[in-house]
Amino acid sequence: MSAVPISYYLVLSAILFGLGVIAFVFKHNIITIYMAIELMLNAVNLAFVAFARAHKQLDGLVFVFFVIVVAAAESAVGLAIILTIAQNRQSLNVERVNQLKF
Amino acid sequence: MSLPFILFFVFAIVAVVGAILLIVAREPIHSALSLIMVMVALAALYLLLGAEFIAAVQIIVYAGAIMVLFVFVIMLLNAGVEERTNWSKIAKYAGLPLGIFLLFELAHWLARSAIGARIANGSEGTNGAVSTRALSEMLFQKYLFPFEATSILILIAILGALVLAKRDE
Amino acid sequence: MLLLNYLWIILALPLAGAAINGLFGKNWPKRAVNSVAIGSVSLTLVAVAELVREFSQLAPAQIPWMRNYFPWITAGPFHVDFALQVDQLTVVMLLTVSFVGLLIHIYSTGYMEHEGGYYRFFSYLNLFMFFMLTLVLAANIVVMFVGWEGVGLCSYLLIGFWFLKKSAADAGKKAFIVTRMGDFGFTVGILLLFWTFRSVDFATIFSKVAENPTDIGVLTSICLLLFAGAIGKSAQLPLYVWLPDAMEGPTPVSALIHAATMVTAGVYMVARMNPLFSRAPIAMLAVAIVGTITAFYAATIGLVQTDIKKVLAYSTVSQLGYMFLGCGVGAYAAGIFHLMTHAFFKGLLFLAAGSVIHAMGGEQDMCQMGGLRKKIPVTYWTMFIATLAIAGFPPFAGFFSKDEILYSAYGGPFANKALYALGLAAAMLTSFYMFRLVFLTFFGSPRYDEHKVHVHESPKNMLVPLVILAILSTIGGWFAAPKFWGGQDYFHNFIGPVFAQADKLAPAAETTEEAAHVLEMQLSGVAVLVALIGFFVAWWFYIRKPKAPEDLAKSLRGPYTLLLNKYYADEIYLTLIVRPLLWLSTNVLWHVVDEGMIDGTVNGAAHVAREAGGELRKLQSGNARSYASWVVIGAVGVTVLLLGVWMRMAP
Repeated sequence: MSAVPISYYLVLSAILFGLGVIAFVFKHNIITIYMAIELMLNAVNLAFVAFARAHKQLDGLVFVFFVIVVAAAESAVGLAIILTIAQNRQSLNVERVNQLKF
Repeated sequence: MSLPFILFFVFAIVAVVGAILLIVAREPIHSALSLIMVMVALAALYLLLGAEFIAAVQIIVYAGAIMVLFVFVIMLLNAGVEERTNWSKIAKYAGLPLGIFLLFELAHWLARSAIGARIANGSEGTNGAVSTRALSEMLFQKYLFPFEATSILILIAILGALVLAKRDE
Repeated sequence: MLLLNYLWIILALPLAGAAINGLFGKNWPKRAVNSVAIGSVSLTLVAVAELVREFSQLAPAQIPWMRNYFPWITAGPFHVDFALQVDQLTVVMLLTVSFVGLLIHIYSTGYMEHEGGYYRFFSYLNLFMFFMLTLVLAANIVVMFVGWEGVGLCSYLLIGFWFLKKSAADAGKKAFIVTRMGDFGFTVGILLLFWTFRSVDFATIFSKVAENPTDIGVLTSICLLLFAGAIGKSAQLPLYVWLPDAMEGPTPVSALIHAATMVTAGVYMVARMNPLFSRAPIAMLAVAIVGTITAFYAATIGLVQTDIKKVLAYSTVSQLGYMFLGCGVGAYAAGIFHLMTHAFFKGLLFLAAGSVIHAMGGEQDMCQMGGLRKKIPVTYWTMFIATLAIAGFPPFAGFFSKDEILYSAYGGPFANKALYALGLAAAMLTSFYMFRLVFLTFFGSPRYDEHKVHVHESPKNMLVPLVILAILSTIGGWFAAPKFWGGQDYFHNFIGPVFAQADKLAPAAETTEEAAHVLEMQLSGVAVLVALIGFFVAWWFYIRKPKAPEDLAKSLRGPYTLLLNKYYADEIYLTLIVRPLLWLSTNVLWHVVDEGMIDGTVNGAAHVAREAGGELRKLQSGNARSYASWVVIGAVGVTVLLLGVWMRMAP
């Protein structure tokens, strides 16, 4: 069977990454922004897997594994931070978290 | 139009739609659900690429644990429609347009990359599926140290989350 | 031990005196200060005498005798050593300066006895001696300039000695600034001199100018520039205005600095540079013209002044004009001789005037004097002798020197009949106003209140120098008396070698020696006649008919006021030069350049930095979306760069 060229996956990865960036810049809710970060990570994972497939090596997959693990740890801590911020400020608007300025 | 192509496009469209919904959604819970949609589509794409273990890990850990965590937090905080403040001028005038530009730029170049022309399922090599055994062998031999390090990382994350979430008594 | 090898001792002695008095003399009794000051100058005189003795034993080939003490400035080709030289001209100047200086130091112990700042006065006076001797002993023009500036400094310090008096402080500043204007020309002249001859040493320059023909335009420029400095320092037109104001200083200062020594520095310089001047006839003519016009001009002002010191001040300006006239017509020896005799009789005149002022308890206005003849006889007689000398009566000193200058102006190698006529007229005026001074001060009935002012003769330490100078004013002329008068012509023979180049270049005399002698006799007769006319007119106006001056002044009101106000020279300078300069300094240099540009640049830079910082810190908004946007912008930039450039570059 004829297969899908790797470049398709890479383009999809790029599109998802770009959408993640747009979401990060565009949205106001802290949690949504965090989800955009996860989206970007996923896009990168896709690129890794595609390349692993292209080079016929397994290192890419191992790296994806680690990315997922780290994303898990990071989301645990990050969400805890978000919880704390939300309790302190009674708002989930990221623009209200602006004390560290000039 | 062979099956892999159709499958690819279907899941690709699902992923992209999910991402767009994530941007467009007004309530955070909708964004979370869209993200889950994206992840599931990606898991299917991993399967297409022959990374079964990774697809499974994606569903179990990412969509199953992390996103559940997200949903829990949204529920805890009772996050609703967010207020629209537009204080950052840079984001409005430069960030957004350039973000779009970045998207197209990357897509454009990655489409042209030399490696991309290679067929996913090449004539050489195996059928394409990667055995979990081979993956685990690599994981526990070549990448043992990072493996152990990430387990410590998880431990630290747990401790951090504990400390942060604790109320001052 | 040959003093010739230790020339620096002559300089070190007065310098040491100045230092000791200046640093330690404040709380010493007057006797101690006197000992140090007069001791140092006496020792200097002794050293000079010894130097002269050794000098007389030198062979002609060893003259000028030079001693190089240490290299002072070495900047590429510009090399200046601290070098001293002795030749006949130096000897004449050394003797004049140190002897008259000593007499005035002794006089000052009496005159300044009741003044405050006693130690300071003598410290400055010794310092002045040091600088004047440096000027005279210098072997190159830069060391001479050191002395030149140094005497200017001491002049400023001493004119403004009573610095709490505004007019004195202003006079000191005026002297310094006006001479500075001339010194600017002098400095440019030094630069041009170095540029032309690649050296500043006199010996080197004079030998070079003798061997290689130098462009006459350059030589004329050098001479004119150097002469500009002399115009300032020796108070000629147009930079003479400081000298009358300098009378604010104590009278011994006026005697020493502004009569006998400092103001003669310009004449000395011109005489020293005679090889250059004699090759630039235009410069010589300029010197002669300036000198003669100044002589006449200052004499006219002196006719109507009432302050005794001001009359003498204008008289000094006038006599300096004579010296320059002498140098300008090639009679350098005559000019220097007049310098020497002028030091005697003008110094005497000033010291005697100081004695009169001291006797009158501080009064300087001649209209408040009168009939002092019997009360202060020694002062009277010495002053009378000095007046005879300055008017040019034989056998007193002034006769020979002035006569020789006028003869050279009439029939010498560079003669100019017009200058002679003016000089003769000035001589008549000189005789008139000097006798006017004597008659107003010492004759007639007292115009002051005899109960209020107790006229008393001055103490011995003031009178003795007067007498000594009077003796010199009487017999001093015989040094240079030409043979046909019965003299030895000693001075000319002695100082002749210094002016050898000038004499060689002068056009040969057209007349025979016999005819020259006859001419000189005739001119001397004319000069004496003119002096007698001055004497008679003064006698008529001030003794015979004391009312006559007033009537004349009333009828010639216009000219009289003009002369009384010294041709409004100070006022003209104030309007034309001082005010515009002050306006320029305040409005342009201060406001525009200093405040606007320099402060503006510095403050502006700080302002820009602060504004920039103020704008940049707004970047730190605390807004995460902004930060994310910046990251995106950076990412786009890097991506474009990498993918766009790198991709194209990779084959």
